[in-house]
Amino acid sequence: MVDDAVIRIAGNSQDGIQTIGGLLARLAGRTDQDVITYMTIPSTISGGPSIFQVRLGSGEILSPGDQADFLVAFYEHSYKSHIGFLREGGVCLYDSDEVKPDTSDKRFTFVPVPLTSATVEAVGGTAKDRGKNMFALGLLCSVFDLDRPRLVEIISRQFGGKDESILRNALLAFDAGYAYPLGDILDLAFQLKPATASGKTRVATDGNTAMALGLIAGGVRHGAGYPITPWSPIMEQLRVELPQYGGMFIQAEDELAAISIALGFSYAGHLAITGSAGPGLSLKMEALSWATMAEIPLIVINVQRGGPSTGLPTSVEQSDLMQAIYGSHGDCPRVVLAPKDVEDCFYIAIEAARIARKYSVPVIILSDQALSSRIEAFTEPDLAKVMVEPVLDLTPAPEDYKPYPLTGETKHAPPGTRMTGGFYPVVTGLEHDEMGHPTSNPDLHMKMTARRRNKLRRLEAELKTPDVYGDAQGEILLVGWGSTYGPIREAVSQLREKGLKLAAIHLRHLHPMAPGLEKVFDRYDHIFVVEMNDEGVYGQGQLATLLRSRFCNPKIRSICKTDGLTFKIREIIAGIDDFIAVTA
Amino acid sequence: MSTITIKRPEATEPVAKLDKKALSADHPTWCPGCGDFAVLASFFKVVQNLGIPHEQICTIAGIGCSSRFPYFVNGHGVHYIHGRAIPLATGVSLSRPDLNIFVFGGDGDGFSIGGNHLEHAARKNLNLTYVIMDNFVYGLTKKQTSPTSPVGFKSKTDPWGAQDEPVNPMRKLVASGATFVARTHAAQVNHMSEMFERAIKHPGFSVVEVLSECVVFFKGSFDAANPRKGGEFPLITEKQWDESPDDWKAHDTTDLSKAIKLAEEPWPGKFGVFYEVERTTKNANEQSLIADAQAKVGNASSQEILAKRFARMR
Repeated sequence: MVDDAVIRIAGNSQDGIQTIGGLLARLAGRTDQDVITYMTIPSTISGGPSIFQVRLGSGEILSPGDQADFLVAFYEHSYKSHIGFLREGGVCLYDSDEVKPDTSDKRFTFVPVPLTSATVEAVGGTAKDRGKNMFALGLLCSVFDLDRPRLVEIISRQFGGKDESILRNALLAFDAGYAYPLGDILDLAFQLKPATASGKTRVATDGNTAMALGLIAGGVRHGAGYPITPWSPIMEQLRVELPQYGGMFIQAEDELAAISIALGFSYAGHLAITGSAGPGLSLKMEALSWATMAEIPLIVINVQRGGPSTGLPTSVEQSDLMQAIYGSHGDCPRVVLAPKDVEDCFYIAIEAARIARKYSVPVIILSDQALSSRIEAFTEPDLAKVMVEPVLDLTPAPEDYKPYPLTGETKHAPPGTRMTGGFYPVVTGLEHDEMGHPTSNPDLHMKMTARRRNKLRRLEAELKTPDVYGDAQGEILLVGWGSTYGPIREAVSQLREKGLKLAAIHLRHLHPMAPGLEKVFDRYDHIFVVEMNDEGVYGQGQLATLLRSRFCNPKIRSICKTDGLTFKIREIIAGIDDFIAVTA
Repeated sequence: MSTITIKRPEATEPVAKLDKKALSADHPTWCPGCGDFAVLASFFKVVQNLGIPHEQICTIAGIGCSSRFPYFVNGHGVHYIHGRAIPLATGVSLSRPDLNIFVFGGDGDGFSIGGNHLEHAARKNLNLTYVIMDNFVYGLTKKQTSPTSPVGFKSKTDPWGAQDEPVNPMRKLVASGATFVARTHAAQVNHMSEMFERAIKHPGFSVVEVLSECVVFFKGSFDAANPRKGGEFPLITEKQWDESPDDWKAHDTTDLSKAIKLAEEPWPGKFGVFYEVERTTKNANEQSLIADAQAKVGNASSQEILAKRFARMR
């Protein structure tokens, strides 16, 4: 029996390995096991090497795992590229029709299975080797002694509704894989410890889906976007989902039109969403400035990828933080949030909608490529508690209505509102007085600039200092943001087991940051900011730079990386080691 | 059914008819003699004639002299960024069928920085009216070449005379798929008002190009089309589809190739409606997507729909 297992399935992107990875993840969610997945996809149009990694277990699973316990290699290149990722004593199950491994390497157990020919034999007909992913899933189901009836049920739901022969072939291949005699490999004890039943219903999905559904729960019914990897799945889902709720999502002709259409929705009284990846966010910057100036609420999702420019469209990076906070011209305060895991994508979208409405400001959510596509299982949200019903409020505005009051929150009167005082408002990107009239009065520009900034100060005052994970005081504090949450937490757990006193703090609110961080920082000797971006000219990553300028604290140092891959636990530990020996 | 709740007053007391006073806001910042004053006056007149309720007037503009328009109209308005008024208006139009949406802008907004948006709004046939106040020059930034500046026009960016072939607005608009395309002149107030009225009544993307002289940076630019300045104001005779003897010679506004041909006429060309057809609007298409999707979910509340979505991920 093992606590958890990391399975890496390596093949080509058209082999459907993402599909079986998703099925495994969903099964884990159903059986109360914790799960996290990780995938790479080539940025080519069709084909190219691709992996899907699933980490299943009964404990708290926070990262996709540093090493694989089990490698499924579909091709020679899959074997060659990924055998190094297999832990010593791990199993390499390979397609003996395609792969010729070095079986003299005694660090691993090699298990040959003719995936291609066995699938052809099992499915027959014109399907050829399509379905070998399902065959492999059948094999994994028997090796790990997974809940077969539930898996079959999930497969049937996934492929049901399509052409009947597709489900039939999928199940034929799956059953053949399940029944394939694997000999004594089963003695290697890959059986997972049963998870403790939580008694709660769980769901498994990816970050982009969780985000799209969070927006709906937050009462967002309108949006516009332009396709770009890895943001597109959010717009695709909203395009299909929103009409059911009486809303719509528009595919625009470009990024500038996308944010403008979204601002049109918001101006019209329907809080809207637009999104993109880094390059598209750059294109939206001018309009974002307008949203700050005109005080129009808006949600902008940026699913970060490797940059600059076209960069690494299908790799992960956290290099858009500065752009999100400071990317526009002028003094342009806006809120920036970052979800820590897939579940949080759902809740942060709801929070973004709340903040945007309350303060009439644009809110940027920084997700990333890894978070967008990986699947996690989490407790199904209590919709009755979190659901927000949108209201288009056209109640006549009072006689003393001011679109931009110097005191109090901005509450726009959407078009269609009767203005009982007879004065109708113009929302504007020019500096303006309380009534929205253009002015370049120096005093007013100072007051209005402060007013726009003070919204973020009021938000800051609402925020709670994040809890630390680990020792309440000690030698080291790791600071993270976004999808590095899991590996940082696991690094803390591993080092605490070795007797080190350390903790981690994770920032979901990046602009403004929650208050009280300086007090937390005081309790540790070293502060390391872990982030997936470059250390820059002065040796600090983007969040570290912000924290240093905020707290003037030379204890703050950076652990950065720019390989386009998520942090491994050992990389974080090695990063600490570079400053102070922790692994001696 | 899951719909968006709208909080609005019950039938209120009858509203006083709109007059010029109620519609006037800030005094225009335009230079004395600017053609845009006449456009504003004409707009006020048409809005009053059509009896559009005050709160339903929504003017939207980008950047430029003419784009200051919303400040001068006492109505709901947006002064947006350069070139993007049309996409912003798209969001308003699609989500608020109760409003009357007017976009005002110049040749820079429409044909240069916002040229691509114009193409796509026309293609999508969005329900709104777009008035392009074309003065053939960048006025707000003080005399640079505009996309409609004629070859040879001397500006600060082309002191030796503009070189690039100017945009042909009528040809571009008709080719883009706009469903109502008309051309008028700010000095011909009655004709301008007639064009506005027809554009507003048109269901779909209606565009009116108004030749509106910049008396400071391109004086006399449109004299050739102004009888008071010794020019001519030749009107398009539209086909009446009656049996009258000369009707066959008149312009068929539903004929795309004839509209393009008309747009090719040498300066100053003709004035009136070049093209007018009815085509399903994007507004209607999106509403039918909503209707279909809602028919499928029946009476489910939004919470029930979302709960069902989550159930599929269990």
